[in-house]
Amino acid sequence: MEKIPILRMGDFLLVTIQVDMHDRLAMALQDDLTRMISDTEARGVLIDISSLEIVDSFIGRMLGNIAAMSRVLDANTVVVGMQPAVAITLVELGLSLPGVRTALNVDAGMELLRNSVNASRETYGSTRN
Amino acid sequence: MAVLVTETLPVKAESDVVSVRRRVREMSAQLGFTLVDQTKVVTAASELARNTIIHGGGGMMQLETLNGPRVGLRLTFEDKGPGIADIALALRDGFTTGSGLGLGLGGAKRLVTDFDIASRPGEGTKIIITRWK
Repeated sequence: MEKIPILRMGDFLLVTIQVDMHDRLAMALQDDLTRMISDTEARGVLIDISSLEIVDSFIGRMLGNIAAMSRVLDANTVVVGMQPAVAITLVELGLSLPGVRTALNVDAGMELLRNSVNASRETYGSTRN
Repeated sequence: MAVLVTETLPVKAESDVVSVRRRVREMSAQLGFTLVDQTKVVTAASELARNTIIHGGGGMMQLETLNGPRVGLRLTFEDKGPGIADIALALRDGFTTGSGLGLGLGGAKRLVTDFDIASRPGEGTKIIITRWK
């Protein structure tokens, strides 16, 4: 079966969605990512959706689920690269992706993840390195 | 008003949702819709195609390009499923009988210019959306 690759880079997992996902593929990504966060003890997940031409309610729900699941597993999620037309449509559709952090591009997203990991280390101390 | 292209696509399997999105994108681009308008109509089609499969048990989509005084794209989604008992309720945000967010129908309506729905319990559902250029 077709799969969306998940790359590991240090403490972070990177996903670039480059295909028009059918619903089952989106569900598989959600499951795979959750498992990888747990297996690799990742601190952050970056999802690049710059190639996505639409985000409908199903994909929006998947992004929200990934953010929520990763938070429960002590990792942060940031979604980067949303096209302006997609953002306009998403809000009109009624989805504002609550709980999903976003950044304009991969660089800004990585920065956000690094800062949030550092901040949580300073605030709570760390049992993880 | 002249109807230029009429074609019918199956909306039965999950992969058909992807085909619907692709075809609606191509046609709306051909008609000269702005990128934002293309994205809106493709997203609306994606929501309605999924509804046709999940709630209607599958059906079809008819695609028409309209060329009269105005240029537009008209999509008709039709299924012979259980139908919708309370259309006003189904259009309300947050209402869902499935596992989704309940934004599909109401959201799709907001993304297009004209939205018509006809449904009878036990007979099926027909939704016609039009986006004018």
